[in-house]
Amino acid sequence: MKKKTKSMVRLLAALASMAILGAVTSTLHAQSAAAPAPAAAPTPYPANTNAFASASLTNQVAFLEAAHSNSDPTPTGIAYESDPGHNAWMMVASAFVLMMTLPGLALFYGGLVRSKNVLSMLAMCFGITCLVSLLWWAFGYSLVFGTNFTPTGSTSTLGFILGGTENFFFKGVTSAPNSSYAFWVSQNVYSIFQLTFAIITPALIFGATAERLKFSAVMAFVFLWMFVVYFPLAHMVWGSTGLMNGVWNASAKIPAIDFAGGTVVHMSSGWTALILCLILGKRVGHGKEPMPPHSLVLTFIGTALLWVGWYGFNAGSAVAADVIAANAFTTTTLATAIGALTWPLVEWIFKGKPTVLGFCSGAVAGLVVITPACGFVNSTGAVIIGVVAGTVPYIFATIVKNIFKYDDALDTFGVHGIGGTCGALLTGLLVDPNVNGNLQAVSAGTPHNAAMDNGLITAITNHSLVLAQSKAVIITILLAVVGTTIIGYVVKMIIGLRPTAEAEQQGLDITDHDETGYILQ
Amino acid sequence: MKKIEAIIKPFKLEEVKDALSELGIEGMTITEVKGFGRQKGHTEIYRGSEYTVDFLPKIKLEVVLADGAVAGAVAAIVKTAKTGKIGDGKVFVLPVENAVRIRTDETGDKAV
Repeated sequence: MKKKTKSMVRLLAALASMAILGAVTSTLHAQSAAAPAPAAAPTPYPANTNAFASASLTNQVAFLEAAHSNSDPTPTGIAYESDPGHNAWMMVASAFVLMMTLPGLALFYGGLVRSKNVLSMLAMCFGITCLVSLLWWAFGYSLVFGTNFTPTGSTSTLGFILGGTENFFFKGVTSAPNSSYAFWVSQNVYSIFQLTFAIITPALIFGATAERLKFSAVMAFVFLWMFVVYFPLAHMVWGSTGLMNGVWNASAKIPAIDFAGGTVVHMSSGWTALILCLILGKRVGHGKEPMPPHSLVLTFIGTALLWVGWYGFNAGSAVAADVIAANAFTTTTLATAIGALTWPLVEWIFKGKPTVLGFCSGAVAGLVVITPACGFVNSTGAVIIGVVAGTVPYIFATIVKNIFKYDDALDTFGVHGIGGTCGALLTGLLVDPNVNGNLQAVSAGTPHNAAMDNGLITAITNHSLVLAQSKAVIITILLAVVGTTIIGYVVKMIIGLRPTAEAEQQGLDITDHDETGYILQ
Repeated sequence: MKKIEAIIKPFKLEEVKDALSELGIEGMTITEVKGFGRQKGHTEIYRGSEYTVDFLPKIKLEVVLADGAVAGAVAAIVKTAKTGKIGDGKVFVLPVENAVRIRTDETGDKAV
């Protein structure tokens, strides 16, 4: 149809969808405000209401010590408040994780594609950042970290999979801590921290589909994927009422552990990437035309920003500036450095020369594999993980991919999907309770540890944690694969996934954005 | 009037330019080109995918001269651009009908 008609149709479609979204959300908002809120899942401790000034000196000192050591201040009777040290660290960590997407991942991916598609990678990262932020505020944070789908004193199937509605539109999300997740970090800071995870996870997917997926399809796919895959998975693993939250949910059916997102972030995006690139098919000219990275300089810069930013991702997942964060900080460094050493070493031995792309890939692989393990393993475990990270993803990205000939353009499945799976399983094998007090049985008289109730500590002492990890791995893969298959075909049917062959040849920068990345004299 | 087109290895450009300057030839045009003759390309590997790169970077040098200066210029170019290895390049000599200096409207040999 004519250009003007097409623009009018698009404008009307946008207005219609905004009107529908507005109507739906205001109805839901009215409902959640009007209906008597169902009682939240039992918090283990009574709410504190007393002010600091009216407490006894003993309690005041105990309160400050609890802040210092990231402990529970409930016995002091003083109301929860955020601690400047822990809060500051979490704000910095959030900024670091955002930097991982903008510009870390954007440049990493941008440099790996051909120059005619560089902007498409940047646009994808930016678009996802903004869209997911909106969804997180409106529904996501509550669906992941809420609790009102779980009836007081018991459990429900829905409550295992999704959190609740009590924080839709950030209702109740203030600067006061939410003691289900942190005693000393503002709930809004925690929510933004988790938002940065929700942002980078879908952005990772589109490395696999690079150079042949329309921008509109990316946005539509992400919109649906967040609800079908990410919010449920993140709730199951990290929500206080989640099915697989071994550390914090006393009623968890699967006592699995995932410190910073081996399952939630890397496996979900990596396995989704595999299915999506299979649905999409190969790039035009794949296997015949050369498609080398147009700028490994950009890829290197992106890698370095990812590594530095990942300290926020891993050490920040301690949700405190404490000894667990210190351990995660250390293991992250070692695994990454060893991974970055191993991959080029394997190349040197088997292909003749170490490459810069090998350093970058090995570093990212190391970061991926240590992600679920960083707060649960010691430095020796980290080094072992680094070696695995430099070899197993290498095999998938080079050998396996060439055998089965799927066009996982930027190796999202090879590095994130396989790396995340390795990390989740290795966490079960290498777990060391000495580095994380939450994995230790508590002595009588102190508040009961959830991990003692759901079998996690038993699994650790029996050396059988890898079984729970395997269950979590299987559920994650199933959710990602089934969810992506459905969503992928839905989007394909409604707006289509691929550009035309000519548009693909011309490059997505022009066809999706009317822009060129480089206008050189 | 003749035009000399020379394809040479890029790192030889400064030497060739200096040699032509010594003969009194001050003007020339150069373009960055890609090409190959008998020189083979090289292989690049990115994450296990191998690409053979056949086209190699070269410099194309163009200079228009009066007939009398041609032989000396060709000899100077060949002498300074030679390394003895495959890929040194080629020199072509073509006839030119006319030339005009834009600033002064001079034509013929006065324009080159």
